[in-house]
Amino acid sequence: MNAFRATLSRDMLIARREGGESLLAVIFFVLGAMLFPLGVGPEGKLLALMAAGVIWVMALLATLLALDRLFQADWRDGTLELMALAPDSLTLIVAAKCLAHWLVTGLPMVIAAPVMALLLNLPPEGWPPLLAALLIGSPALSFIGAICAALIVGARRGGVLMTLLALPLYVPSLIFGAGAVQAAIGGFDASAHLMALGAITLAAIALCPWAAAAALRQAME
Amino acid sequence: MAEAMASPNPSGGFFHRLANPARFQRLSAWLMPWLVLIALGCFGAGLYYGLYASPIDYQQKDTVRIMYVHVPAAWLAMMSYSTLAISGFVALVWRHPLANVAGAATAPIGAVFTFLALFTGAIWGQPTWGTWWVWDARLTSVLILFFMFLGYIAIHNAFDDQARAGRAASLLAIVGVVILPVIKFSVDWWNTLHQPASVSKLSGSSMDPAMLRPLLIMAVAYMALFGVLLLLRMRLELTRRRVEALQMARAGAATP
Repeated sequence: MNAFRATLSRDMLIARREGGESLLAVIFFVLGAMLFPLGVGPEGKLLALMAAGVIWVMALLATLLALDRLFQADWRDGTLELMALAPDSLTLIVAAKCLAHWLVTGLPMVIAAPVMALLLNLPPEGWPPLLAALLIGSPALSFIGAICAALIVGARRGGVLMTLLALPLYVPSLIFGAGAVQAAIGGFDASAHLMALGAITLAAIALCPWAAAAALRQAME
Repeated sequence: MAEAMASPNPSGGFFHRLANPARFQRLSAWLMPWLVLIALGCFGAGLYYGLYASPIDYQQKDTVRIMYVHVPAAWLAMMSYSTLAISGFVALVWRHPLANVAGAATAPIGAVFTFLALFTGAIWGQPTWGTWWVWDARLTSVLILFFMFLGYIAIHNAFDDQARAGRAASLLAIVGVVILPVIKFSVDWWNTLHQPASVSKLSGSSMDPAMLRPLLIMAVAYMALFGVLLLLRMRLELTRRRVEALQMARAGAATP
């Protein structure tokens, strides 16, 4: 557990020292969603219908932005090899890195989401499920993405490849996340969607660090 | 490469002995004409029964015949992904030198079968559902499968080091295996426009034998075609590697 805490605080420290750089994902999240009203027209009803989907899609894309750097920098300067050689489990270290990634990109997005809900004219009954769904569902994005980030360590064109690998795996989170909000707006109970989302997140937290660690090991072979 | 050329343990099992590329080339050369014969025969019989000598559906009329091309393509798409995942597993666990070759050879074939299933499905959807495409769970999950094949191909091409590319792609194939149950059960879990399973059910098939027979013949034809394409692509890859090794050896000998 020591390695977990040390890695977490190290990654958070790096994010803090980088200053605004780690907030770029959140800026992209808001900016991208802002383009939709400009593209499809500022009609309130239309925006209210799209809001949940747009916010979720932008959350997926913004998560991807920072993900390809999750292991790349550590791999280049050799930190990753030292982490793999350490007596502590690499799986735990990977889990700490995923958690740090979520704290830096996922959590700020949850905080920024009300602003976007306001801009996109989301009906008030959609607000609580939107925040709950983002809070429950966004950790899965960081953890699932970590597998893909580990697979492309050292690849020629990491960024584009990352989107191709991760987006298909993100589809279930998107369906249930946006579905929860749509259900609430339609007057139904959103809890079934939220529970499915929670199941995805719990499974991702349990399995993904393990798979990502295996991917990192084979990258360093 | 050196690993693949090493002579395997003679006391090993069948798959172990296959690790010798020369032995695999001999075996596949012997197998190939048989598979071609089966494919040609079954395609001939299946298309004759399917398109001509089978009854029309009382609701769908002649459009039901698209089924004989569509359903086996969808089966083969899923079988291709299973092959991809199994060969990935074998490549990672037992380091079988042919497993990676098999996986890399399967991916484009699987992508084409998936595309064929989606394409014929769209053509079938237009007259029966009145639309080329709906975002229903079965169609969406098969579309995702298509992108997963593309992802496998992309990651296999993204590394200069072939061995590294093979390992990354194998791991991706194993992670992606979660899609298979989703596709299979999508028609049961969600209320979809796509019809639920009617060929393999616990209570037996709900299809008329006159329609089931050509469908199964077509499935065998598609499987034989898959086998032919797979062996062809694997033989090609092994030959390409052999040529490369010989060129390297010659280049090495030429320089003093």
